[in-house]
Amino acid sequence: MTERWDAIVVGAGSVGLPAALALGRERLRVLVLDRHPSPGQGENKHAIGGVRATHSAPGKILVCRRSLAIFASWRDTHGDDIEWLPGGYLYPVYREEDARLLQGLLPLQRAYGLAIDFIGPEAVAAIVPGICREGLLGATFAPGDGSISPLRVADAFYRHARRLGVEFRFRESVERIDREGGRAAGVTTDRGRYAAPVVIDAAGPFSAALGRSVGVSLPVVPDSHEAGITEPVAAFFHAMVVDMRPAPGSKNFYFYQNRHGQVVFCLTPEPPIVGTDKRETSAFLPQVCTRLVELVPRLKHLRVRRTWRGLYPMTPDGSPIVGWNREVPGLLHATGMCGQGLMLGAGVGELVGRMVTGTLNAEDETVLAEFSPYRDFHRVEKLK
Amino acid sequence: MNRIARHPILPVPAREEVPFSWDGTPLTGFRGEMIASALAACGIHVLGRHPKDGSPQGVFCANGQCSQCLVMADGRPVKACMTPLRAGMRLESLRGLPRLPEDDAPVATGGVEEIAVAVLVIGAGPAGLSAAIELGRLGVPTLLVDDKDRPGGKLVLQTHKFFGSVEDSHAGTRGFEIGRRLAAELEGLPSVAMRLETTVVAVFADGRVGAVSRGRYVLIRPERLIVACGAREKMLSFPGNTLPGVYGAGAFQTLVNRDLVRCASRVLVVGGGNVGLIAGYHALQAGIEVAALVEALPEVGGYRVHADKLKRLGVPILTRHTIVCAHGTERVEAATIAAVDERFRMRPETARTLPVDGVLVAVGLAEVNEFALKAKQFGIPVECAGDAQEIAEASAAMFSGKIAGLRVARALGAYTGDIPRDWEEKEALLKSRPGPVTARKPPEGAGAVYPVFHCFQEIPCNPCTSVCPRKGIRTENDAITGLPYFVPGTECTGCASCVAVCPGLAVTLVDARDDPEHPLVILPYEIWREKVEVGRLVPVTDAEGAILGRYPVVKVKSRRKHPGTLLVGVRVERAAAERAAGIWVQERAVDPLALYEKAPPPDEAVICRCERITAGEIRAAIRDGIRDLNQLKAVTRAGMGACGSKTCRPLIHRLYREEGIDPAAITDRVDRPLFVEVPIGAFAGVREADDD
Repeated sequence: MTERWDAIVVGAGSVGLPAALALGRERLRVLVLDRHPSPGQGENKHAIGGVRATHSAPGKILVCRRSLAIFASWRDTHGDDIEWLPGGYLYPVYREEDARLLQGLLPLQRAYGLAIDFIGPEAVAAIVPGICREGLLGATFAPGDGSISPLRVADAFYRHARRLGVEFRFRESVERIDREGGRAAGVTTDRGRYAAPVVIDAAGPFSAALGRSVGVSLPVVPDSHEAGITEPVAAFFHAMVVDMRPAPGSKNFYFYQNRHGQVVFCLTPEPPIVGTDKRETSAFLPQVCTRLVELVPRLKHLRVRRTWRGLYPMTPDGSPIVGWNREVPGLLHATGMCGQGLMLGAGVGELVGRMVTGTLNAEDETVLAEFSPYRDFHRVEKLK
Repeated sequence: MNRIARHPILPVPAREEVPFSWDGTPLTGFRGEMIASALAACGIHVLGRHPKDGSPQGVFCANGQCSQCLVMADGRPVKACMTPLRAGMRLESLRGLPRLPEDDAPVATGGVEEIAVAVLVIGAGPAGLSAAIELGRLGVPTLLVDDKDRPGGKLVLQTHKFFGSVEDSHAGTRGFEIGRRLAAELEGLPSVAMRLETTVVAVFADGRVGAVSRGRYVLIRPERLIVACGAREKMLSFPGNTLPGVYGAGAFQTLVNRDLVRCASRVLVVGGGNVGLIAGYHALQAGIEVAALVEALPEVGGYRVHADKLKRLGVPILTRHTIVCAHGTERVEAATIAAVDERFRMRPETARTLPVDGVLVAVGLAEVNEFALKAKQFGIPVECAGDAQEIAEASAAMFSGKIAGLRVARALGAYTGDIPRDWEEKEALLKSRPGPVTARKPPEGAGAVYPVFHCFQEIPCNPCTSVCPRKGIRTENDAITGLPYFVPGTECTGCASCVAVCPGLAVTLVDARDDPEHPLVILPYEIWREKVEVGRLVPVTDAEGAILGRYPVVKVKSRRKHPGTLLVGVRVERAAAERAAGIWVQERAVDPLALYEKAPPPDEAVICRCERITAGEIRAAIRDGIRDLNQLKAVTRAGMGACGSKTCRPLIHRLYREEGIDPAAITDRVDRPLFVEVPIGAFAGVREADDD
């Protein structure tokens, strides 16, 4: 017999987990399906933990401001320690063009409620002791940004969702979305069929394949990024430092010191490494470590503990895809987070909840226009 | 000082004394020895305090794996067990998290050296050396790397004579000497380059192997890989298991036999496999008392001759017993043991506490095979050899190394023949488990002088058959695993070569030629000479350690080929002659402490040492339904530490078994690089002023 649910969420990751929690709060009967053996085991755990509202597009600023609010208050409201650390995001500037770009964004960022300033070299060095001062022009700094543990957050969302009665089935792969009379009617997995009037696509890198099962074409293409973490040392900085300058083989790179004292770092390869290959390569460590010691020389003594590789479910313009599918009513896309699933997920999860219950607010309209699956994908965001 | 200044077997080299400081106190050590050993020699066992709970930390693995021995050396955190001491070093204990030196001078980055080679052999122990020798003989360009400062692997620690066969596995020769011979053989083979102090840290999908060679990162591009990294020791879950003084048995052997440091004065050995039995023997040789050896199974798993050696020296071997907990605040001060029932549950009424300052954990080994698994995953041709392939004796490791070397040479076209079938047969034989214990008939048809074999168990070993000048010793069916016997009618010369060569010290010689009523019995003995000086009355035991009586020593000799094995002649009455097998050296039995401290609950045992996660926390997660070890790691942090779950993973699987969870329901954790932590500067190719 086919089990009946109010909503099925495909994917228990950065977006699926908070979406499930939001739907659970609405007392809906929710089923979450994931091919992995436990929550957050897809790309969520590959995130390094940064959460910023420092974006250049209003929708992302608004969603991430909400995520930040959720994370900052999580311990007080829910009791779990998700290792929230309000260290801020710092974009140090060594090139005039970057200074112009970042300063040009400030009015829009501030208009959408982001506390952000352009600070001078002295202030930068106070935030990141030891940062290379040669040619340092300043930085933008958003002190309200911060970091969390992706692992703790996934676990917290999962537990609270379960407490609200949300059902999770792991090690179960969704093979297709089922239709009835044109509408989404449920899903078929490698184990069985489940019926629901609402199917939420939170499948990240697998969204394009999931869409194809129902004739939907989604421009979500994964590419891979490597990250690493060091041994813990006494805290000496906490901001996420984003170096925007390109270098051979990479675009930007970024790193911060987490609450355990470990420095976590990641690099954006250029050209992108398109595909789903998550095997470790020999290129990453020399590349990222060279950049790290050139920016903050004292890091040379810090020892790397582990590295890993994860997928960014990319869209052509670097913005997420969130919206109802027009061809398949009942199918809601919440995917293509472009490597920002962790920071966007909490806000997007609540948005999904409001979309399903039909309780959208005015800000949501701005967000949904920006994230629409039917937008023109040829614009490129300035600060990806 | 806790230096071993003399040793019954090992040579004690002259070394240069250099000053260093520990938390501001001036001390001295030997140049080039590992910091951990220099500190242990000065009686310093607490090297730091864990950032999470302030609990004391000390040397645990002595093998560069566990990161428990982190200290600050001249302002930088280093592993004390892997970092050589330099003159004037400023060492400090680690309290909480280390501070990163504020060294802000701009650096020059220099790229990474890349080395292309036909074969990379990881590990220069018995298997890796043997593989490299085969490759070298065939002229195959080979790079042999090892993380230690000398070749030999764990052979360096083995003071006992090896089992196996004389002709092809150096049987009868002591392990550390075998290591030297293999390394010397390699020196004459120009196609093999050896890099010591070179730790492989990752095998990458692009076919490159990352290694840190004396502080510098290199990428090696081999056509083929041989993984001969040996094994790591398994840990046991008991309260107090992180106290300094709880060592892996191999770690203890490293400190005692390689570094000649007496890191404890009285130990409890946990585990009756060969590693535990030999570690106990090594303790006695180093002048360390062994309070007891406990084994949870009804029988010891190691060779009977190893167990008997210990019993004859006076060490109680308690089967169906286990450790309940280790006591102490700063280091081990005592350990509580108890009997277990047939389901391995402790019987609290049998608990007793022994005053010991060392606990040697020898509960099995696990293959260090992660590089091989990665290579297979990435399609890099790879062979495993030695313990990395299958846990067995070093004699078997040498054969599996030779076979791996030849296989790789053949794959590269440097060798066109077959792998000699007898190699594979011998390898299999040397890996065979010991046979059942059989009772022996008294010798028949012997004259007034003849050998007696206190050898009751089939193991692959035959040196005694090769040394008899009259060819009077054979094994059953002439098989290497057959029990030895004295061929009736042979005229024994009384030379005692068989006594000297036997690795198990299980051959004695009865010589009734002078005095038929009080024969002379020649006993093999490898502990302190002064206990067996001529004229002394010594307690002589039977094969299993029961004291037969106190008898006078009438002569002490040794053979040039086996200088460490003293041949002690004692005069005994006729009835005792054939039973006499050993000399008891432990002067007194260790009394349990009158005051038995109540043991803390087993859930207080630490499972993940790096993050100090207890058995109770893991059990709670298991009972909460967690079956994915990746989720377990995310929720508890178990396995997130410096060692990369090398120590806790087997313990976690064991807890799942104890909780009755079907192994099929469990997802194992994903392993990620790096094998050990490496400075960011090394990857960036930063040249340090003190590099060269």
